[in-house]
Amino acid sequence: MSSKENKDIDDITGIDTTGHAWDGIKELNNPLPRWWLWCFYLTIIWGIGYTIAYPAWPLVKGATAGVLGYSTRAEVAAEINRFEEANAEISAQLASADLNTLAENEELQRFATSAGGAVFRNNCSQCHGSGAAGAVGYPNLLDDDWLWGGDFENIEYTIRHGIRNEEDWDARYSEMTAYDEILSDEEIDATVQYVRQISGQDHDATLAAAGEVTFADNCAACHGEDGKGSYDLGAPNLTDAIWLYGGSEATLEETIRYARFGVMPPWASRLSEAEIKAVSAYVHQLGGGE
Amino acid sequence: MSDTTPNSPAKGFLAKHAILERSPTLLLVSSLLVVTVGGIVEIAPLFYLENTIEKVEGVRPYSPLELAGRDIYIREGCYVCHSQMIRPMRDEVERYGHYSLAAESMYDHPHQWGSKRTGPDLARVGGKYSDDWHVDHLIKPQAVVPESIMPGYAYLVDNEVNAEYTADLVSTHRFVGVPYTDEMIEVAASDVVAQADPDTDAYDDLLERYPGAQIRNFDGRPGVSEMDALIAYMQMLGTTVDFSTFTPDASR
Repeated sequence: MSSKENKDIDDITGIDTTGHAWDGIKELNNPLPRWWLWCFYLTIIWGIGYTIAYPAWPLVKGATAGVLGYSTRAEVAAEINRFEEANAEISAQLASADLNTLAENEELQRFATSAGGAVFRNNCSQCHGSGAAGAVGYPNLLDDDWLWGGDFENIEYTIRHGIRNEEDWDARYSEMTAYDEILSDEEIDATVQYVRQISGQDHDATLAAAGEVTFADNCAACHGEDGKGSYDLGAPNLTDAIWLYGGSEATLEETIRYARFGVMPPWASRLSEAEIKAVSAYVHQLGGGE
Repeated sequence: MSDTTPNSPAKGFLAKHAILERSPTLLLVSSLLVVTVGGIVEIAPLFYLENTIEKVEGVRPYSPLELAGRDIYIREGCYVCHSQMIRPMRDEVERYGHYSLAAESMYDHPHQWGSKRTGPDLARVGGKYSDDWHVDHLIKPQAVVPESIMPGYAYLVDNEVNAEYTADLVSTHRFVGVPYTDEMIEVAASDVVAQADPDTDAYDDLLERYPGAQIRNFDGRPGVSEMDALIAYMQMLGTTVDFSTFTPDASR
């Protein structure tokens, strides 16, 4: 700050100095640029206006709400509402639709497949793969080999209630026996060879013949006498070349000894009616729907 | 060398700033005072305003096994890639579920909100995947999600949870304000083992102490491994709030 009297005018520029000098070098006392100064004052005025318009000042019980009545939560609710309203009609139509006749309504089918794809990628892809090809222990949904049935009703039921989970009492349930302590090592070896025989792989014919008896006594109750499995029990078909955990001798032995217990969470509590129908339709049209 | 003697002294109130500028200690103390005002205005109200933590039913302190899993989560730096904070925006709510509430972090010391998502948000991951999936995924993420860049944590299966310090861990959390009872601390070490054993005698007691706790052998292997602890923590994330008791506050 300079005052009018006692000005120390710099000879060369004709501008007064701040009076600060370092090694004889003096600091000119140029004023702040006008535009800068005005911007500075404007930000202060803006700041005051902002705290009046938006929630800001903490008071005794709560903060000031702001004259614009803005609320992050109200905004997100309105945004969600806007999309729900836009889709309300077709969602309601889908929620009450019979999936078996979905193909008759092209627009609804397109909506269901597209919405179902979004639901699938968000919720199902982590286990079943983003392309629905599954992983070891997580079924491939592209083929026509199903554990619990691949028609619309069965797919929808599986998605709604899940498999062998603890949250939903209506979840699909079955429990494979662990034969480690029930069958002898020889019997297990023989059963492995028999399963390899019915699945059309290299096998030891003598052992397989013995295994057929063990299979009939122990495995056929769920997997069927012909080994073709059962939708009611979620027992896989063992005669095709499609494996959930693997068809090698080592993997088959592990499966027979220690059993498998694949779990799928229920989705009825997380997804809406329309979303469940949509993702059912999506999974059905992936290629293997019955 | 400096010569700061003003040859043109300012006048009036503004001239007094020279006193501050010429005493470093006074300047430091004064600037500290100014910053403190900002701190008081921004932080202090959070401790007395009634809407800081909205009142909802269901949020409970972590069970000892979940707390142990939470420690592993922090130890392994999961927060570096995963957030636990669903922001109030439509796309987030569509993908992850209801936006996070302050109440859901009220027993978190420290909270795991995070700010960077290399992986997805985990605030509501509880119940979304099966225990088996978590085991497969933590051992080798690419086994179930081929496109994942997450590293594997297979050694969690082999590391046993040491229950020796569990009571200390729980009482430390009580020290910083989590309402654990004396009883909870007393039986913390045995609760760690009990929660990973579906046939435990303490089943009902454990549920009474920690309502909604999931009692299972999470990793499917004998013993209580760090895998059990981490999955117990994962499976309860975001599951405790009863949203029927939640009304959005208009001032947020």
